[in-house]
Parts: sequence; structure tokens; C-alpha cells
Amino acid sequence: MKGVKNDISVPAQSKFDQVRKNFARNWQIYVFLLPAVAYFILLHYIPMYGVQIAFKNFFANLGIWGSPWIGFDHFERFFNSYYFWRLLKNTLILSAYQLILFPLPIILALSLHEVRNRIFKRWAQTLTYAPHFISVVVVVGMIVIFLDPTTGLVNRLILFFGGDPVNFLTSPDWFRHVFTWSGVWQTLGWGSIIYLAALSGVNPELHEAAKVDGASRLQRIFHINIPSILPTIVVLFILNIGSFMTVGFEKVLLMQNNLNAKTSDVIQTFVYQTGLLEGQYSFAAAIGLFDSAINIALLVLFNSVARKVSDNSLW
Amino acid sequence: MKRITLSDKGFDLINTIFLLVILVLIVYPLIFVLSASISDPQAVSSGKMWLWPVDITFKGYERVFANDAIWLGYRNTIIYTIVGTAIHLFVLLPCAYALSRKELMAKKLILWFVLFTMLFNGGLIPTYLVVKSMGMLDTMWAIIIPNVVGAWSILVARAFFQQSIPDQLVEASKIDGASDFYIFIRMVLPLSLPIIAVMALFHAVNLWNQYFNALIYLSDRDKYPLQLILREILVVNQMQLNDPGGSAESLVDQVKTAGLIKYAVIIVSSLPLLLVYPFVQRFFVQGVLIGSIKE
Repeated sequence: MKGVKNDISVPAQSKFDQVRKNFARNWQIYVFLLPAVAYFILLHYIPMYGVQIAFKNFFANLGIWGSPWIGFDHFERFFNSYYFWRLLKNTLILSAYQLILFPLPIILALSLHEVRNRIFKRWAQTLTYAPHFISVVVVVGMIVIFLDPTTGLVNRLILFFGGDPVNFLTSPDWFRHVFTWSGVWQTLGWGSIIYLAALSGVNPELHEAAKVDGASRLQRIFHINIPSILPTIVVLFILNIGSFMTVGFEKVLLMQNNLNAKTSDVIQTFVYQTGLLEGQYSFAAAIGLFDSAINIALLVLFNSVARKVSDNSLW
Repeated sequence: MKRITLSDKGFDLINTIFLLVILVLIVYPLIFVLSASISDPQAVSSGKMWLWPVDITFKGYERVFANDAIWLGYRNTIIYTIVGTAIHLFVLLPCAYALSRKELMAKKLILWFVLFTMLFNGGLIPTYLVVKSMGMLDTMWAIIIPNVVGAWSILVARAFFQQSIPDQLVEASKIDGASDFYIFIRMVLPLSLPIIAVMALFHAVNLWNQYFNALIYLSDRDKYPLQLILREILVVNQMQLNDPGGSAESLVDQVKTAGLIKYAVIIVSSLPLLLVYPFVQRFFVQGVLIGSIKE
């Protein structure tokens, strides 16, 4: 019929026509994408393209494109250097230490979930979230204050109980513990939010049924609550693995000094030091690339393992 | 029939004690710093002050407020946070909304374009070189632009738009002749205040607390944000707090007040966020929750 437009009766359009029509009608939606697309191209994709300097000898006057290719020389130099094993070991140990403590926010969430007094629960949540809002600079500043060898609270307690003061901040033996446990202090409460949400979604009928069967509170936590939030746990675990080699190096950088470098030197701080402080751009970019390659490999590996054994995965 | 057995009571007791211990461990350092900031430095360093303030004095705060570097850093941080958050929303919201519309073509491709940046990035050095080549070194933009928006935020905001903006509403308005610009600004945004608040708060906290971008991109001290000043005072111990006029204070006194300033400066820099967040906590929690919805 003339004059009546009906999408169904319109004969099959060519793909090109469809695209053109969609664009004519909805072009403003594509404009909405422009700022974000421009940002991702300029500050993510162009740096990705710039990663090629890892395989080049970068000269500022020649630019990224014009600098000469040298293949894997920087990687070889890094792998053969005496500090390679030290950096790798420090990075892996620090990451593994943090990963071992991955269950702590889960335990806090399980415990908070059992609290019946609502006011106590609210206060406990608000107070445990607080450190999340403190900057990493202030946290390290507080570490310096509390662990000071003469005036710090911790050492005064050690003295009080008859021990010898420990200089935690310059000790390679203590660096990992101080770094990791101060991180627990800061992220414990915040990390529990997501598990608390998952717990509030547990079907109450399961608990009723278990009660009838005479299951205790602890039994119900182990046989109902934990299995119910397992998918959440798996997904967050994989996400954690994806940044395994990154180890929160902005904090490492703040806590690092010449005396504890034996354990606090990690790959990322080394990239910062050689690249930005010493200006060896190509060499540092190669080390950074090595680091993110391991991250991606771990992410893909653990994702496929998780998909096989538990049906829960990121993709 | 509810039956509270003895073992249930025992469980509650142990659980409460467990939580109280954790609460004390988390809150004690904060209370200590707060009390120390208004106590006599002598009492703090000798251990007389261990929980509540002793010999209250506000000298630390006086010194902090008399310090130009701290004021300037504070001002810079406020500017960077406000401008950065505004740009964040300007980039994030239209993009997330567009990705939530079903008439958008090549949506999968664009989503991958965004998500891939989560998986892989150029790394510290290439990013630095790009920021440098764009002429942003030593400007406010070097603090704001490199982390304008993350893929995660886009996914979260998109999920919100998909759930809470009814398709019929948009379609009906379009039939009435409204443009997408009009619909987005006059209808979608007013309906989306919760997600706008969540995203703005998350980003503002990050901007307020970050120091690393400033460390690598800024060299002009007048542009330093508060966190870099704090780093000098708290971590590097490079205090330039002595009065230039050459005060009559002895070196011992100076060291003592130096300690006092550390506590006061922690409070002054952290208090705004610590005071505000309990009131907007539900927004933060909401943000984490929307983010956890798996697609």
C-alpha cells in the first residue's frame, strides 16, 4: 500500500542500506561513543602500539616508528642479568603471599553474615571499610610512624615485653610481612562487601531444611553458605590472578629503601627505576612487556582450569 | 519452632569476640593517630599517650595550616578531583548509554575494543612516552587524562542503563520526534542519578588518593597534589616546614613538632573522605554490587 510504511513488508534491503538507515536514524548514539573511543585509542591503543620499542633501540629523535629494530636483545639482556632471578623471586613471593591471604575477606563476610544484631553489624561494616578510603601514601606514613625503631608503638611494646627493638622498615626479612599485612588492614573490610552481597542471596529454605535436620550453625556455614558463594569466590580469584605480577607496586615503591631492596625489588619497581629514572626506555618497556605477558598467561590458564573444574569462569 | 541451643549461643559468643578483635585491630591505629594529633608530642613519643589525647594541644594543626605547600597541595588536589571527575562522567556516561542501546550496530566489536584494555595495556613506559609526546608533562592533564575511565566503569554503568531505562520510554520519545541528545540529557540522566553518584564518588576517591601519576609526570612543585606533599612529609622525611625567617626553636623542639605535624597532616588529608563516606556508603556498596553482576 502506498503511503504506509511497514517494516515487515519492505523487501529485503542490502546490508549497506540497513547500515545507512540505522546510521541516519541513530547517528547521535555514535557521537556518544566518540569521547571514550578517542580516549581508548590515544591512551591505550597507541601505547600498545608503542610496546614495539621493547624490540627496538629507542632514540627520542627518531621516535617510536623510526628507531631501529634489534629483536629480542633487551629480553636476553634482562634474562641473563644477575638481578633477573632476584626480581622474579621477589615478585612471585610477594604475590603468592597476598594470594594465600585471599580467604580472609571471605571469612570476615561469613562472620559478619552470622551477626543478628543489625546495629552492631552496620557499625562493624562501616568501621572495617574505613581504611579503604585512606591513601596509600598515608598508610605507608602510618607504617613508618608505628614501626619507628625508637618512638614507634610496636617497638615500645616489644621493649615492654623485654624484647629487642626491630627496625622493621630497613629489614629485608620483615618487608614482605609488613607490606602484606598492612594491605590486609586496608582492604579486608572492603573486600568482604561482594561476598556479603552473595551471602544475602542464599536461599533461606536451604537453612530451614538444614535446621530441621539438626545441622549446627557451623555446619550450615560449611555446607550451605560457602558452596553458595563459591561462584563469586572463583570469579574473584581469577581476577586476582590476572594482576598477579602487578603486586601493588605503587606501595612497594613507597616502602622501598636501599636496605630492604633485597626483598622489596620487584619487576614493576625495576621498570620504573630503569625506565623513568635512568631513561632506558626500550629496556624497561621490554621488562614491562614480560611482566604483562605473564599476567595474561596466568589469567587465561586459571580461567580455563576454573571452567573445566567448576563451570565458573570469566569467559 | 525456634530452638536456640547451647552450641548456637556459644557460636554467637565466639563470633562476636572474633569480630570485636578485628574491629579493634582496624580502628585502633586510626584512633591513635587522631589522638596523637592533638596530644603533647612528648607524651606521644614517650608512650604516655596510648589511646586518648594527653595534654591537648593544637600546635600540630597550627603548623599544618601555616604551611603554604600543604595549602597549595590541598587546592591542587581539589581542582584535579573536581575537573577529573567531571571529565570522567563526560566520557563514561554517554559511552555506557550508547552501549546499552539495542539499535547500536557493531556492539560486540566496540565492547571488545573497550574490554581488551582491561586485559592488556602498553605498560608504564609506552604510556609515559605517549603522555609526554602529547605535551601533557607538568600539566594538570597528566594527572587526569591517563586514567579518565576504565573498562570496568563502562560495564557497570552500561548494566545500570540496561536495567533501569525502559526501552519503551526511549522509543516512544523518539517517535514523538525527540533526538537522542535530548533523550539522554533530559530523560536518561535524571533517571540515573544513583549510578552517576556511584561513579563520581569512586573516581573522586581515586583521584584524591593517587600519587603515582603526579610523581612521574609533574616536576613543578607548585602543581603537586596533596599526596605528593604528604609523601615528602610522611615517607621521604624531607620536611621543609622550618620557618624561613629562622625561628628561635631549638633543633630538639623542631624534631618534636615534626612528629606532631605528621599526625595532624594525616588527619587533615584523610578526614574529608572518612567523614563523608559513611553517609554515601550505600552508593559505594551499590557500585561494587552492580559491578559484580556477571554478563
